[in-house]
Amino acid sequence: MSWTLALPELVLGCSGLVLLLAGVIPKTETFFPITMGAIGALLLTAVLVLGQGEGTALGGHYVADSFSGFMKILSLGAAAIALLVSLDFNEKEGLARFEFPVLVVFASLGAMLMISANDLMSLYLGLELLSLPLYVIAAFNRDNARSAEAGLKYFVLGALASGLLLYGSSLVYGFAGTTNFDRLADAFSASQDASPGVVVGVVFVIAGLAFKVSAVPFHMWTPDVYEGAPTPVTAYFASAPKVAAIALLARVLLGPFGDLAAQWQQVILLVSIGSMILGSFAAIGQSNLKRLMAYSSIGHVGYALMGLAVSSDIGLRGLLVYMAIYVFMNMGSFAVLVAMRRQGRAVERIEDLAGLGRTDPTMALWMAVFMFSMAGIPPLAGFFGKLYVFLAAVQGGYWTLAVIGVLTSVVSAYYYLRIVKVMYFDEAVGALDRAPASLTIVMAGTGLFTLFFCLWPAPMLAAAQAAAAALLG
Amino acid sequence: MNAAGFPLLSLLTFLPLAGAAIIMSVRGDDEVVARNARWTALWTSLIVFLLSLILWARFDTASAAFQFEEKLDWLPEFGVGYHMGVDGISVLFVLLSTALTPLCILASWESVTSRVREYMVAFLVLETMMVGMFCALDFIVFYVFFEAVLIPMFLIIGVWGGARRVYAAFKFFLYTLLGSVLMLLAILYLWYNAGTTDIPALFQYQVPRAAQAWIFFAFFASFAVKVPMWPVHTWLPDAHVEAPTAGSVILAGVLLKMGAYGFLRFTLPLLPEASATFAPLIFALSVIAVVYTSLVALAQEDMKKLIAYSSVAHMGIVTIGIFTFNQQGLSGALFTMLAHGVVSGALFLCVGVLYDRVHSREIMRYGGVAKIMPAYALVFMLFTMASIGLPGLANFVGEFLVIVGAWRVNPWVAFGAALGMILGAGYMLYLYRRVSFGKITREDLKALLDLSPREYVVFAPLIVLTLWMGIYPQPFLSFFEASVAALVARHEAALNLSRLAGM
Repeated sequence: MSWTLALPELVLGCSGLVLLLAGVIPKTETFFPITMGAIGALLLTAVLVLGQGEGTALGGHYVADSFSGFMKILSLGAAAIALLVSLDFNEKEGLARFEFPVLVVFASLGAMLMISANDLMSLYLGLELLSLPLYVIAAFNRDNARSAEAGLKYFVLGALASGLLLYGSSLVYGFAGTTNFDRLADAFSASQDASPGVVVGVVFVIAGLAFKVSAVPFHMWTPDVYEGAPTPVTAYFASAPKVAAIALLARVLLGPFGDLAAQWQQVILLVSIGSMILGSFAAIGQSNLKRLMAYSSIGHVGYALMGLAVSSDIGLRGLLVYMAIYVFMNMGSFAVLVAMRRQGRAVERIEDLAGLGRTDPTMALWMAVFMFSMAGIPPLAGFFGKLYVFLAAVQGGYWTLAVIGVLTSVVSAYYYLRIVKVMYFDEAVGALDRAPASLTIVMAGTGLFTLFFCLWPAPMLAAAQAAAAALLG
Repeated sequence: MNAAGFPLLSLLTFLPLAGAAIIMSVRGDDEVVARNARWTALWTSLIVFLLSLILWARFDTASAAFQFEEKLDWLPEFGVGYHMGVDGISVLFVLLSTALTPLCILASWESVTSRVREYMVAFLVLETMMVGMFCALDFIVFYVFFEAVLIPMFLIIGVWGGARRVYAAFKFFLYTLLGSVLMLLAILYLWYNAGTTDIPALFQYQVPRAAQAWIFFAFFASFAVKVPMWPVHTWLPDAHVEAPTAGSVILAGVLLKMGAYGFLRFTLPLLPEASATFAPLIFALSVIAVVYTSLVALAQEDMKKLIAYSSVAHMGIVTIGIFTFNQQGLSGALFTMLAHGVVSGALFLCVGVLYDRVHSREIMRYGGVAKIMPAYALVFMLFTMASIGLPGLANFVGEFLVIVGAWRVNPWVAFGAALGMILGAGYMLYLYRRVSFGKITREDLKALLDLSPREYVVFAPLIVLTLWMGIYPQPFLSFFEASVAALVARHEAALNLSRLAGM
């Protein structure tokens, strides 16, 4: 039976339903046990993904390979960490409702389906399954106007993006006669020239997905939604859905549309360059940390897409390593953001970090590690992420791309340094509250990874290499 | 296995990190932690220094090969490995770094009172990065150390610096980062085309002629900022003025040498043709640097700024020496780097002595110090004379060799370098006269105490080194003789080869 291949998804889907039931039945609030159960389900699914076989299933709609395994584990891990981060925050903000972890579980299921999509139909289904819970959790703090605004904004623009994607898919189907990725690949490798209809379709698909990864010029929603959504939700937004959408973009472009590289490469190149430039310059003026992280994430997507723009196995490997390291750095810095409270109230301005180096040296140290890492300063992990995408760009002879990449990384270093400056050089304005244990664990775990990645990079590179090879055949 | 019988270079590199870890783990009230941090840092750096003396004793000066080599797999499939080793060019810089660090820690013993623990940790981490950079024989490992230096230095300037520390720290960081990332692209190009980043293996690789100029300028962007060469030197005066005394010592003593070391280690051997082609450009920039910054130094009101500009001038002489491509010039450049490391470090310490007492770096604030602090005035004079290049003191040997080497290439360049020495005498003597001699115009100066025993301990090794290098330079010169000869021979062979190919 071919459905056994999709066992991890089935397990996650069923656990989501079980958790939902378990949350509804008792009369008392069940946020904590349900969250723990959800984390357990996500980790169990990750283990199942590790042991998953390879091949296609469910009538060719579903594919499992090392690439999907790599990306799924990444997005599941990110979801689990985001839930861990949300524990304390949601309790304190009065958001401790069991629906939250359940929604995250379903969103993760959508992310997994997206990553494993082998057909334009399953792609769309996975994307919607991911997006619908995201719209809800963006507005999870429903009494807060900004959170509601974030949810609504995300929903309207997300619906538009889905429409674009669907329109693109229908164009591709209309001109190629199939929605299956393998047959699309065959169709395009046979024909010498792509018909204009297909090209337009591909561009629409790219636009739809670029919205999900918040790449320029489809990034406008990002700062507002990141700022308005509750901080743990932002942490989740900035990691798991991005990983899934990037994975999908890579699979779609290098798989079925691989022979049309000449058509889409320029689009990705421009998107990548635009994201790097906007991500580095627009963040300079921000005073809200969540907005700053939003622009920073736009920039990081630009670097990751650089690996895709090169469209080689080395580029894809760079992209995978970059995303993996990004998830760690990002989760770590969001753990710090979530931990920022003064006398019980959440604060999120850069100045609120002032003097953290004195008042809470450990947290300041981790934040500094993440900031230097995001700026790409060796020996921290972020440097190696950039190293591999730049290597791919240099190897492919994309000098303009590489030069713009390194220059924007210097510009972005400015605002990461500003956070370090505020923490260490400025006088304290009053201590922040002590971080709860769950956040300290996340900070220490991701921080140690960021610090010591340089000692033992080989396993991750080997995994990324295998994943890239699986996708490019 | 290497000459020491154990991985000496890795030990030298990472032992300071162990010290930093110990300091970080100390708990207790501030006073105890501060005392602990000071002593742990001092002992760690002293042990590292004593271990590094093994290099001095066991280094085979007759050989131009890399010694004390260590190799570990890191990313074998990419041709990147953890490869450490020293040759005649780098070995003395390792010693310079390990020797200056304990002195810096001693010099900050009383002047740093806030966040002592973090300060000591930053210095030990900095030592790791400096030593690692001079030992690295893999381009990626080198780059990692080269860049990582920025993090502790940024914090040292920014946290413990003067009034405009934030501006200076940002300028330092972004300026040097901008140069370095362009070098990174060149490294990636070499990595991809040669299939390895192992430096000895890269020496066998011939960089295509068309690419040499590009790579040269990418390297140049990084190293010229670090040296610093005119016109990209402007970060240096700011960083020096704002950094705490010990930070300035390390900055002038070791960090400035990283750029010149980069030219010697990478630009010359890897890009012989581009180096020869662009040598006139380097000469021009260096001569401008020597003359212009000397004139600027004459006009300074701030002692640290004056010495900072004098550093730019001295480093200009170093870059002239490097691009002469002959034995005298290169040996002179290396010797000047070492001598400048000792002398300018000592001069910053001299400024620090006054600053600790009066909390002003303004030259006008002083006058007649020689009458109140005779011992200090003597020490200050010794290093002033050394900086001028008085025969018998450290700088003279190096600068003389550079001028001899430059004369063989182009007498006008030698003239420029010599002019710098004359101007150097001008601004240093002017500085010394204004600080030490004249009437005591300020009453509060009369209460100043002369050097304390701790300060004697800090200055003693530097005085010994300055005199030793000036009077009997042969032990130092012998270290780099073989390596420089090999470098010159390889450079000429490569040029001949390309000349033949061109015919």
